[in-house]
Amino acid sequence: MTVHSFQEHFDAKIDNEVMIEPRDWMPDDYRKTLIRQISQHAHSEIVGMLPEGNWITRAPSLRRKAVLLAKVQDEGGHGLYLYSAAETLGITRDEMFDQLHTGKAKYSSIFNYPTLTWADIGAIGWLVDGAAIMNQVPLCRTSYGPYARAMVRVCKEESFHQRQGFEIMMTLANGTDVQKKMAQDALNRWWWPSIMMFGPNDADSPHTAQSMRWRIKRFTNDELRQKFIDVTVEQARLIGLEAPDKDLKWNEERGHYDFGPINWDEFWNVVKGNGPCNKERLDARKKAWEDGAWVRDAALAHSEKRKARKENKEVKAA
Amino acid sequence: MNQFINKNLYGDYGDKEQAAGASGTHNTAGEWPLWEVFIRSKAGLDHKHAGSLHAADAQMAIENARDVYTRRMEGVSIWVVESKNIHASDPYEAASMYEPANDKVYRHPTFYNLPDELKHM
Repeated sequence: MTVHSFQEHFDAKIDNEVMIEPRDWMPDDYRKTLIRQISQHAHSEIVGMLPEGNWITRAPSLRRKAVLLAKVQDEGGHGLYLYSAAETLGITRDEMFDQLHTGKAKYSSIFNYPTLTWADIGAIGWLVDGAAIMNQVPLCRTSYGPYARAMVRVCKEESFHQRQGFEIMMTLANGTDVQKKMAQDALNRWWWPSIMMFGPNDADSPHTAQSMRWRIKRFTNDELRQKFIDVTVEQARLIGLEAPDKDLKWNEERGHYDFGPINWDEFWNVVKGNGPCNKERLDARKKAWEDGAWVRDAALAHSEKRKARKENKEVKAA
Repeated sequence: MNQFINKNLYGDYGDKEQAAGASGTHNTAGEWPLWEVFIRSKAGLDHKHAGSLHAADAQMAIENARDVYTRRMEGVSIWVVESKNIHASDPYEAASMYEPANDKVYRHPTFYNLPDELKHM
């Protein structure tokens, strides 16, 4: 096969919705883009444990605590599925960690906001996981096999995350005045960052067309954002909360909610590292990695010692 | 041509060292080895590939597999195999590899044209 026919073969698979598997030929850019996208997603899951982990010891009841523990453990699991998927493309786990720790790789900006009250845990589950689900469900049909399989697993587990978050908000919204205020305050603070999670407007998202062509993105940022706003506004009303956007209005003609302008300066500022918690999150990750180094080394040394001892025994027996 | 068939590190771990040596970019020293995880979801079914993970040894791989892949009772039995011990067929030979089966439709029961009145067959 020539260069040309490899490319043709690949394109034909993409066109016919045939999955690409790790050992198949793929264009270098496809591989690179996937590594960036999957590892960024994995990093988001791992860093995403931090804002919520903050509340495990302060959950208001044993039930809430058990649920939050399970959710945070799931996020860790999701990170691991995704790191494994990225590794099938030829990058090592350590290389990915290195990219995260040196700031070369990004993670979702949303996790650079602080969790100030218990209601924030509700808002994160409901809004942040809700937005993530909007993004992730279409990726279950993405063109790269290991990524799609990981996403199926992630999506199956993610739906409990959103429901538990909404339940927290619902409980607070039906509680005392102070509790309801706390829920509304959390919604006010998490609403816009959640909307920004879908990324820049389509006009400012130069890679969208190529990614759609490759089926590693199935809807544009703006399509997903609109879908999220349409369903979430109604959900908020159901529990007597209001999204903090005075321009929100049902547009009969479009069949969608119109919404106010997004503060993209804030978005880019947080992406560039100047969000409220960027430094804290990265420091926490680096500390965990460095403090755990002796455990990784010891486990490896122990396994090598045992292997050597076993081989020794076999030699003697022979 | 070899340059182009980007030999991957996955599903072909017999060639892993070779591939890594060729590109020279992957330093896996100090990384726990990679394991493939197979899970039997209930007695009576086959173990099925679930994914992979890193662990220092087989025991740890099984324990990690429990935490990573069976948090919701997805399994009653786990197999782990160090990834470097998996050998895979070459996708570029798929056409010739599976060709012998292509023209043998008579291996399927639907090939035989039998009267509708025939029962229980």
